[in-house]
Amino acid sequence: MSTTAATTSAPTASVQAASARATSAYRAGLTLLVVAAVYEATARSGAFPPALLPTLPKVAATLWDLLLDGTMLEHAGYTMYRVLFGLALAVAVGLPLGILMGRMRSVENFCLPLASALMPIPSLAWVPVFILWFGLGNTVAILIVFYAALFPMLLNAWSGVRAVNPLWLRAAGAMGADERALFWKVIIPGASPFIITGLRQAFLRAWIAVVGAEMLAASDWGLGWVIFDAKEFLNADVMLASLVVIGLIGFVFERLVFGSIERATVMRWGMVRTAKS
Amino acid sequence: MADLAPTVSRHVLAAPASAAAGESRWRVVARTAFPFLVVAVLWEFTAYLGIFPRKLFPPLEDVAATFVRLTASGILPHHVLDTLIRLAAGFALAAVAGVAIGLAMGRSRRAEDIFLPLVSIGAPIPGLAYTPLFLLWFGLGNKTTVLLVGFVSAFPIIFNTWTGVKAVKEIWVRSAQAMGADSRRLFHHVILPGSLPYVLTGLRLGLAQAWRILVGVEMLAAVPWGLGWMIFGAREFLNTDVMLAGVFVIGVIGLALEKFVFQRLEQYTVVRWGMMT
Repeated sequence: MSTTAATTSAPTASVQAASARATSAYRAGLTLLVVAAVYEATARSGAFPPALLPTLPKVAATLWDLLLDGTMLEHAGYTMYRVLFGLALAVAVGLPLGILMGRMRSVENFCLPLASALMPIPSLAWVPVFILWFGLGNTVAILIVFYAALFPMLLNAWSGVRAVNPLWLRAAGAMGADERALFWKVIIPGASPFIITGLRQAFLRAWIAVVGAEMLAASDWGLGWVIFDAKEFLNADVMLASLVVIGLIGFVFERLVFGSIERATVMRWGMVRTAKS
Repeated sequence: MADLAPTVSRHVLAAPASAAAGESRWRVVARTAFPFLVVAVLWEFTAYLGIFPRKLFPPLEDVAATFVRLTASGILPHHVLDTLIRLAAGFALAAVAGVAIGLAMGRSRRAEDIFLPLVSIGAPIPGLAYTPLFLLWFGLGNKTTVLLVGFVSAFPIIFNTWTGVKAVKEIWVRSAQAMGADSRRLFHHVILPGSLPYVLTGLRLGLAQAWRILVGVEMLAAVPWGLGWMIFGAREFLNTDVMLAGVFVIGVIGLALEKFVFQRLEQYTVVRWGMMT
């Protein structure tokens, strides 16, 4: 969803491009303003109860209050803890296993059928089962995140290792690289674009899964729980405020964290074209 | 968004067959079945060891018996049918709206400027987070479920359609125009086939997304029938066998959607036209 893609796809003179970009930004701002105004007008018209359709200043005020008294931060902290813990587990299992699958035929033969059978099951389908097994609370949320994040990680690591150009392997072998050097100097950098894509997808899946898991396996804290809990009291302003926070965190991770990981590794190594093609 | 990242799943599902070209059919079947056999034996072993109560960790024959019982009594088919109808309705909504918006965004600069900010803001928020809000606005039940599934799965469709239209080679458009194609013919004969591989990828991602979300939404929206509701409701009575039978059916449907619906569609269109191998 990059505006850069839109501007680079039409390579015109730089001045023209700049003015086009300005027009785009202007129109984008205008759209958002119009949508906000329409929403505000609907909310104020009284056609819907204000509890269901709060005005924007009210949402902003709620968000501000929740941020100031620290509850929102605590909810966000719990959610982040669950996501990162689950994601770390998924990486710790999925990455080595995926690499092994790519390198060893027997591991691939064993794990691939299982992975392709489990993958189409949405992670949320396991929530009731896990609730029965582990009780309500953190364990369920973390395990659901783990399940959701595992398969993108595993499959991308696997296809990344398999996609390493065999010519590079032979060249490195001919230049006398031993197994260890081959692994660290050729296979890992070669597979890294896929691995990072996998990490990205894993985070996206994990982020979706954690919200759902928190709603269903309600503990006392967490952004998903706040939203769901607010429904009981018809607090649409709290819901919208939490939605903003959820969107922001997702956006920050997607763009800033993974973007900078990508720049620091694959882009610097000049690997990114092979990933995108 | 990572929604645009190359989909791995398709290759994964196709790989075992292609990798085993030299082997006999029976060996492939045996090799694929072997891991499942190991897992099944482990499961049975754990179930009969009696560490966990049989109610919570039922042996596989209990699950199979429950599956047969529910199928014979018509309960399971009813759940499946309701879920599939919701999936079809939500996905149809998303496909129509998503392709239309995506095409408009790809063809018209103005539409792109208007929709892109809205779509970029909406997309990073996990779909399930909207559930309580939709529940407040549209009440419990079918309407909420279908609308939410449609809303959530529209995003990957929009992005991919938009990218697809942008990826149509400029030279094809210009040569068609030079040969005197009017805008209708240009659209039907150049833009539509040219962007179709991307559109199909978007539809596939959208359907996968819809399926993942639907199961969770059914649990939250308290619909009377549906697989998600069936497994979530079974929690109350500690019916782990019902849950596992439900999870099994969910997995089978997910696999069938991926394998039979979209691979077929791709065979008939883009592969036949030589757009993709």
